[in-house]
Amino acid sequence: MEFEGEHLLPGQIGHFFVLLAFVASILSTIAYFTASRKTDLAEKKSWINFARLSFAVQLISAAIIFAIVFFICSNHYFEYMYAYKHASKELESKYLLACIWEGQEGSFLLWVIWHSILGIFIMFKSKEWESPVMTVISFAQFFLLLMLLGLHISDVRLGSNLFTLTRNEIAGPIFSQPDYLNYIKDGIGLNVLLRNYWMVIHPPILFLGFASTIIPFAYAYAGIQTKRFGDWVTPALPWALFSACVLGVGIMMGGKWAYESLSFGGYWAWDPVENASLVPWLILIAGMHTMVIYKATGHSLKASYLFAFLTFIFILYSTFLTRTGILGDTSVHAFTDAGKAVNIMILLFVAAFTLPSIILLIINLKKIPTEKQEESTNSREFWMFIGSLVFFLSALFIIAKTSVPVYNKVFGTSFAQPENVEFSYNKVIILVAIIIGLLSAVTQYFKYKKTAPAYILKKIAIPTLLAAVMTAALAIFYPLTYYKMGAGFLGAAYIALFAAIYSVIANGAYIWSGLNGKLKAAGGSIAHFGFALMLVGILISSSNKEVISNSGANGINIQIKGKDPMTKEVDNPQENLTLIRQVPVAMGPYEVTYLKDSLGHEKGRRFYELLFQRKDAVTKKVTEQFTLWPDVYIMKDNNMSSNPDTKTYLGKDVFTYLSYAINNDNKPEDTAQFTIHEMAEGDTAFYSNGIIILNRVVKNPDNEKYHFKSTDAALMADITLISKDSMHFGAMPLVQVDEFGVNQVDDTVYAQNLYLKFAGVTEGRKIKLGVKESDKLIEYITLKAYIFPGINLVWLGLIIMALGLMMSAVKRAKLSTFYAALALIFAGVGLFYMFLLAN
Amino acid sequence: MKKTHIVILVSIAALIVALIVFSAGDFSTYETISSAKNKQGKFVHLIAKLDKSEPIEYDAVNNPNYLSFYAIDSLGGKTKVVFHNSKPTDLEKSERIVMKGKMQADHFECKDILLKCPSKYKDDKKQLEKTITNQQDSTYK
Repeated sequence: MEFEGEHLLPGQIGHFFVLLAFVASILSTIAYFTASRKTDLAEKKSWINFARLSFAVQLISAAIIFAIVFFICSNHYFEYMYAYKHASKELESKYLLACIWEGQEGSFLLWVIWHSILGIFIMFKSKEWESPVMTVISFAQFFLLLMLLGLHISDVRLGSNLFTLTRNEIAGPIFSQPDYLNYIKDGIGLNVLLRNYWMVIHPPILFLGFASTIIPFAYAYAGIQTKRFGDWVTPALPWALFSACVLGVGIMMGGKWAYESLSFGGYWAWDPVENASLVPWLILIAGMHTMVIYKATGHSLKASYLFAFLTFIFILYSTFLTRTGILGDTSVHAFTDAGKAVNIMILLFVAAFTLPSIILLIINLKKIPTEKQEESTNSREFWMFIGSLVFFLSALFIIAKTSVPVYNKVFGTSFAQPENVEFSYNKVIILVAIIIGLLSAVTQYFKYKKTAPAYILKKIAIPTLLAAVMTAALAIFYPLTYYKMGAGFLGAAYIALFAAIYSVIANGAYIWSGLNGKLKAAGGSIAHFGFALMLVGILISSSNKEVISNSGANGINIQIKGKDPMTKEVDNPQENLTLIRQVPVAMGPYEVTYLKDSLGHEKGRRFYELLFQRKDAVTKKVTEQFTLWPDVYIMKDNNMSSNPDTKTYLGKDVFTYLSYAINNDNKPEDTAQFTIHEMAEGDTAFYSNGIIILNRVVKNPDNEKYHFKSTDAALMADITLISKDSMHFGAMPLVQVDEFGVNQVDDTVYAQNLYLKFAGVTEGRKIKLGVKESDKLIEYITLKAYIFPGINLVWLGLIIMALGLMMSAVKRAKLSTFYAALALIFAGVGLFYMFLLAN
Repeated sequence: MKKTHIVILVSIAALIVALIVFSAGDFSTYETISSAKNKQGKFVHLIAKLDKSEPIEYDAVNNPNYLSFYAIDSLGGKTKVVFHNSKPTDLEKSERIVMKGKMQADHFECKDILLKCPSKYKDDKKQLEKTITNQQDSTYK
C-alpha cells in the first residue's frame, strides 16, 4: 500500500548514517588497536591516520543523526515512532532537545556525541597515548552505536532504530488506511513530569560526566598495554578531576531538580537511580586521590588502576540497572524494560569492559611497580589512602544495597527495601561523613613521606579549637532536632557536624597558612572546603527539616497524640493539611490562606495562590507576608504533576506543594437564592448551620480590607458567624455609592458555604442583609509544607567544590592560566545562577 | 606492611563487615496478600492492584491524611488498605500498586505507595495501540 503524506527520506538518510557510524567505529577500534601494537613508526603513523579518519567519519555521522532526529521531532513527523512518542505540537520549543533525550535511544545518542567530542581532544592532545586511549573510546562507541543499530537478524533485532516508522511498530486499525497520518493529530510528547528546565540541562551534563569517566579507564588500559605502568597517571589525572567535577555537578543538578520541582520533598532519597550515579563518583574520587598519591610518592599505583577501571565499570553497571527495567519496583524514575535484545546488549557492554580490564589487571599485577618503602602513619599519603579506601568501601556498601533487585532476579529471592530506606543508608553514611570530614580537615597538614607530630599539632590546634567552639555554639543556639532515630544517631549527627565544620575551617586556614594564599595551587583545599560546606548543609537541612503542614502544628485536623489508636504506633506522619478557600490556617510560624487559583499559560496548568503571614504574638500585627504559587499540571491523558513553590531566605527555604487537588472546573451551577434578613445592630439571624450576628454598621471603614476616606459614602456590615461547632468567622459585606452608582461588595465565608450581601438600608437604623447558602462544592486544596534550613549551603558547597576541582584540573593539565581563569569564572557564575538564583 | 597499617586496615574492614551484618537484618520481603496476613505486624511489600468493585474512601476536607481502598492480588487475596497520607492522583487508573507497610488485623496499614500507571509507560506497546486507536475514534466522532 502507498501511504500518503509520509516523509521517508530523512529516516533513510538517518539510518544510513547510523550504519556508517557503526562501521566506522569498528574500523577505528581495529585501526587504533593495531596502531597501538606497532613499533615501526611509519606503519604506526599510517594506522593512526586511518583510525582518525574512521573516527572523524563516526563523529560527523553522529552529528548528522542528531540533526535528523531534531529535524523529525521539531517538524512533528509522527510517521516516525520516536517523534510520535516523544514530541508533540503543544510542546514548547525549549523542550525540543529534552524530548530527544527523554528516550533510551536519544540518551544513548547523547552519550555517543559526548564520547566523540572528548575523542577530538584526545586525538589532538594526548600525543603518544592516542592509539591505546582511542582504542577504548572507539570500542565503547561500537557498543553504544550497536544499541541504535536496529538491524534485523532473523527474528532478533539488534538495537532500536531511532528512525522506525510508527506504522511498523504499533498495530492498529488506522494503519490500514493510506491516509492514516491525518488521524494522528498529535504525538504523545514529553512526559509532563519532565517539563522543567532542568530536563534541558541535567541530562547533557550528567552524560558528559558519564562519558568522561571512560578517559581515566582508557589511560589505565593504555598504561598496561604500553607497559609504561606508571606514566599514564600524569595525563589521566586532569581528566579524572574534570570528570569528578562534571559528574558531581550533574548528580546534584538531579538533586536540585528533584528538590525544586518534583514533589519528593527533598534533594536526595537514596533512590536506586540516584545511587547508581553516585557510586561511580565515589570511586572516581577515591581513584583521583590515589593518583595524586602516586604522583607525589610512588605509592598506591595498583589502587589507582583498580579505581580507574571500576569507575567506568560502575557507570556501565548503573546503565544496566537503570535501563533494563530491573529496578522497576524499587525506583520512581528508572527507565522501563526495553526488551530482551537491548537488555542482553547492555549486559554484553558491561561484560566487554569489565572482564578484559580486570583480567589484564590481574595478569599484570606483579609487573606494576610498588614502592618498597612503606607509608609512615605520619605521612599525608597514608591518610589520603585511608580516605580513598573509605570512599571506595562506602561505594561498595551503597551498590550492594542498591543491587538487591539483581540478587532477587538471579537467586529467585524476594528481598525488598527495609521499612525506613533512608535511615538504612544514613546510619552508615553518617559514619563515612565523620571519617571523611576529619580526614579532609587534617590530612593536608601532613607532609608527604614524613611529618613531625609536633608540627601537625601546632598547625591544627587553632582550627580544631575554632571548630569545637563553633559546633558548641551551634548546638546551643541552633541545635539539631533530629530525635526520631534516637539519641545515638543524633550524637553521630553532631560528631559529623563537628567533622564537617572542622574541615571547612581547616581547609580555609590551610589556604592561608599552608599555601600562603597561593590561590593557583589551592584547588584541592578549595574543593575540600566546598565538599565540607556541602556536608554541613546536608546535615543541617536533613536534621532540621520541619514539616509545618502536620496536624500537630495546627488545630484543624484531628490531633493524634501519643500512639495512633489504629496502628498502635507513635510515628505516624500526618503531613497533609487541607485548606478551605479563604480560611486562614496556622502552619508552623505562619498563618496560611488559600486565596484563589488561576490558570497558567500552558493548558491544564493551574496555580494556587497561598498567602503566608507571620504575625506578632502580642500585637497580632502582620510582621511579614509573602505569596507562594504552587501549581498542578493536568495533562490531556490526566497525568498529573504537582510543582512546588519555594520562598527562599538566605538561611532556609519554605517549601510547599499540593498533594491533592480536585478539579474545580466542573462545578455545578449555583442555584441557591439570597434570603433577606432585616437586622439592627446587635440582632441575630439563623442559617442552617448556626447564627449570624450583626455587630455594628460602620461608615467609611478603614481596616485591613477596605480603605475609605471620610468623604466617601460607604457602609459596611461587621458580622460574626457562630457555627454549631462553636467556630467563629468574620465577614464584612459592604455597599458603596459613588458617581458610577451603587456598588455592592459581597463577602463569602467558604468554610460555611455562605455568601453575604449588603442589600440595602431600611427604616429604624436597620439594614437588609442578603444571605445565600450555596450548594456549591467547597473549594479547598490539600498541601504539604516544609521548612528546609541550610539548603543554600548544599548548593554553595557544591559550586565551590566544582570550582576547586576545575582549578586542580587546570593546574595539572598545565593549561593557559588566562583562558582557564576566564572559563572558571564563566562556569562559576553560570552554576551560581542556576543553583542559587534561578528559581 | 607495618603493623599499624594492618591494624588500621583490619579495623576498617571489621567495621564494614559489622555494618553489613548490622544492616542485613534490615531487609523486608515481597509478599502476597495471603502470606502477609500470616505475618501480622511485619513490614512487607505487597504487589497488588486496586479492587475497582469496592469504594475508595477519601475526604480531604474531613481528613486529608486518611485514604482507604481495597486491593486484590493475582492469587485472589483481598485486603482493605489504609494509607495515612493524601490520595495519589492516579490511583484509579493504576494497573499495579506496590505498597509498603504492615498487615494489622483487618487491614493493611500502608506507609508508602508506588503506582504503576499506564500513561507513564510509553514503551508499552499495548498502551500505544490503545492511544492511537482512541485518537482515531475521537476524530471520527
